[in-house]
Amino acid sequence: MTSPAVETHEHHDIRPIRKAAMWVFLGSECMFFGSMIATFLLYRNNTADGPGAEIFDIPFTSASSFVLLMSSLTMVLAHNAFEKRDARGTRIWLLATALLGTTFLAGQIYEFTEFVHKGLTLSTSSFGSSFYMLTGFHGAHVAIGVLMLLAMFYLSLDGRLYEDRGLNVELVGLYWHFVDIVWIVIFTVVYLLQV
Amino acid sequence: MVLDSSKDLAPAEPTGIWSWITTVDHKRIGLLYGVTALIAFFVAGLEALLLRLQLTTANGTVLSADAYNQLFTMHGLTMLLVVVMPVGAAFMNYFIPLHIGARDVAFPRANAFSYWLFLFSTIMLLSSFVLGGAPDGGWFGYAPLSTQLDEFVRMDYYAIGAQLLGIASIMASANFIATVFTMRAPGMNLMRIPVFTWMAVVVSFLLIFSLPIFGVGLFQMFFDRNFGTQFFGGGGDPLLWQHLFWLFGHPEVYVLILPAMGIVSEVIPVFSRKPLFGYPFVVFSGIAIGFMGFGVWAHHMYTAGLGPVAEAGFGVATMMIAVPTGVKIFNWIGTMWGGKVRFELPMMFAIGFVSLFVIGGLSGVLHSVVPSDYQQHDSYFVVAHFHYVLFGGGVFGYVAGAYYWFPKWTGRFLDQRLGQWHFWLMLLGFNLTFAPMHILGLNGMARRTYRYPEGLGWEFWNQVATVGSFIIGISFLIFAWNLIKSRKHGVAAGSDPWDGRTLEWSIPSPPPVHNFDEIPHVEHVDDFWHRKYATDEEGRAVRMPDVTGGTIAPETTTGGESEGGGHEDDMHMPSPSYYPIVAAFGIIITGYGFVYLPGGWVAVGVGALVTLWGFFGWSLEPVTRDEHHD
Repeated sequence: MTSPAVETHEHHDIRPIRKAAMWVFLGSECMFFGSMIATFLLYRNNTADGPGAEIFDIPFTSASSFVLLMSSLTMVLAHNAFEKRDARGTRIWLLATALLGTTFLAGQIYEFTEFVHKGLTLSTSSFGSSFYMLTGFHGAHVAIGVLMLLAMFYLSLDGRLYEDRGLNVELVGLYWHFVDIVWIVIFTVVYLLQV
Repeated sequence: MVLDSSKDLAPAEPTGIWSWITTVDHKRIGLLYGVTALIAFFVAGLEALLLRLQLTTANGTVLSADAYNQLFTMHGLTMLLVVVMPVGAAFMNYFIPLHIGARDVAFPRANAFSYWLFLFSTIMLLSSFVLGGAPDGGWFGYAPLSTQLDEFVRMDYYAIGAQLLGIASIMASANFIATVFTMRAPGMNLMRIPVFTWMAVVVSFLLIFSLPIFGVGLFQMFFDRNFGTQFFGGGGDPLLWQHLFWLFGHPEVYVLILPAMGIVSEVIPVFSRKPLFGYPFVVFSGIAIGFMGFGVWAHHMYTAGLGPVAEAGFGVATMMIAVPTGVKIFNWIGTMWGGKVRFELPMMFAIGFVSLFVIGGLSGVLHSVVPSDYQQHDSYFVVAHFHYVLFGGGVFGYVAGAYYWFPKWTGRFLDQRLGQWHFWLMLLGFNLTFAPMHILGLNGMARRTYRYPEGLGWEFWNQVATVGSFIIGISFLIFAWNLIKSRKHGVAAGSDPWDGRTLEWSIPSPPPVHNFDEIPHVEHVDDFWHRKYATDEEGRAVRMPDVTGGTIAPETTTGGESEGGGHEDDMHMPSPSYYPIVAAFGIIITGYGFVYLPGGWVAVGVGALVTLWGFFGWSLEPVTRDEHHD
């Protein structure tokens, strides 16, 4: 007599479980960014006579924000193609998302360099410290997202995307959208609200 | 024949040290957590004894001020983050899957990673004693004391070590939440899961939402120390640290106590032979404590000058949080009321928990009153209060759990006689140590100071406290000896020694790798009890004849087919993996690198590469390898 355990290789569908954990993790991330945003709000005017919010280049950052928001669209398209088992579409949109994310990061590096030239560094003032910490940690999250997207792209090259693994397109998508949404808050609070 | 075949199919228990390093079995990980935390408990206890020796006489000369600062900081840090939290994690790891009828936690490898990261962070924190000095700014790490750079690495160890322990805890918590919400056996709805597991869920949510706040504060402290930022110094505000710290620190105290409350809620019904009085009330009180725990942090900061409105608000919130706690006390008393109480060792420790926790809880209510707290702030009265809730409450609860579940871990009882010695010495020593601190505090003795002058009338009670602390030490040596001895030579216990109520008692002791031969169908709270007992017309429990010794009669297993309606009758256990330990090891190299900046950047880079290797290998390796084909 054999048991189904040996006969079948059906696994209990683990995807909803992964999704639950990802949502919980993102809840944790909300508190992480929330604390840094609160710190920034506390020190918004604490510039120690150094540069303050006036050095922001709103048109430039609006453009890079647009790029990041568009990457959410391509992420949706990637996930959609993944669900339809369209391997080519998945591959293209994953790569497009990673590229848009990288573009955003390049913009951030350019922006940081500009600000440092204008005299705002991590140690200039409490304003500088909290600005770089908040946007820097967000940038690090985008960078990790790009790495995960590239890992998905790599898996998609030889069709291993559908095997049961720790990471999948849906989870990367959830993470990516979260990072985008956080940026909307950061852009509003840090750049646009200059009361 | 049926049983034989299912035995062949079940994965065999692997042996050897490599099997422990690569293990993803939640039971083994739970035991690893427990043993590590117990060793850390002895280290932190030793630190406490040194502190007590120093304070025995006025103008004590046992320790220098510097050594005292390191020891009291590490005592607090170790006891909270490396002993009590992981002991909770040990019980959660072992019993959440057994309580909800699952074969493992949701993410076995993430679980292993949490443990290894916890272990390495612990080693890192303790290694600071010999690598440049241990943290010496208090476990609370107040700025600007914590951001001054006179001592090169000490508070860097604090900032990095606590950060890494936090990451390990967040991962473990996400794991537990996913497990409880998605992997329950059929019929095990949320209002049927054991109270301990409910409390584990509340604790996990508290950690998920509070640790990242602490994480941000720790990053800011670290940046202030190493990169010249101005979060707490310069133009920054040192009070920001206190807010961030206590926004984590207060939920943290519920993280420490709620699992103990859960254990007591399991123990008391079993030894009273009655269901838990008001199960939904206990559950919802736990949830209420969880919510309110986030709204009371500033009661640690009354003397920081927040203004009367904030102080009044936090004072009222703090008084309110005593209500759900009080509800639970009455539920436990109500459970014992009219029950057939058996004074076995787990029950004695559980009753110890309830009594001592009431004392600690009441002195806590005194602190919520702002003018009263002004007098008690930073005095030994506070030390007495939180040791009554964390030691009298927490540790008694966890020890009750150890006596209660030891037979499940090993198949043997802990020795009765040694256990009695342990209980009475611990009760006596505990009260001798901490009750006098109420008096010392009210007489004005300040905490966190390494010595006190003569002639203030503090010598006598300090001597009493020191004697008490050594009695506690002896009681725990007896406990350790009992654990070692009974593991191999204890009285055999069978699978259901206490006539238990929950699912873990329905399987053999120690449980097989796959936990349940067949995933159970659950119809009641305390389902296992209802399988053993029916109720007669007068409401008395009557043992059902077809159940023997706690194991389900073999007749209920029909053929190789499960009755589970296809729900997970697949007995694939996740394959062992070494990636978790690799990733954790990489992170710890990075951690050491950050402590020793700027020279440490090399280690940061190397560690980051090792971590990436671990994580990518882990994310990309299949969960179960196809090795079960015959």
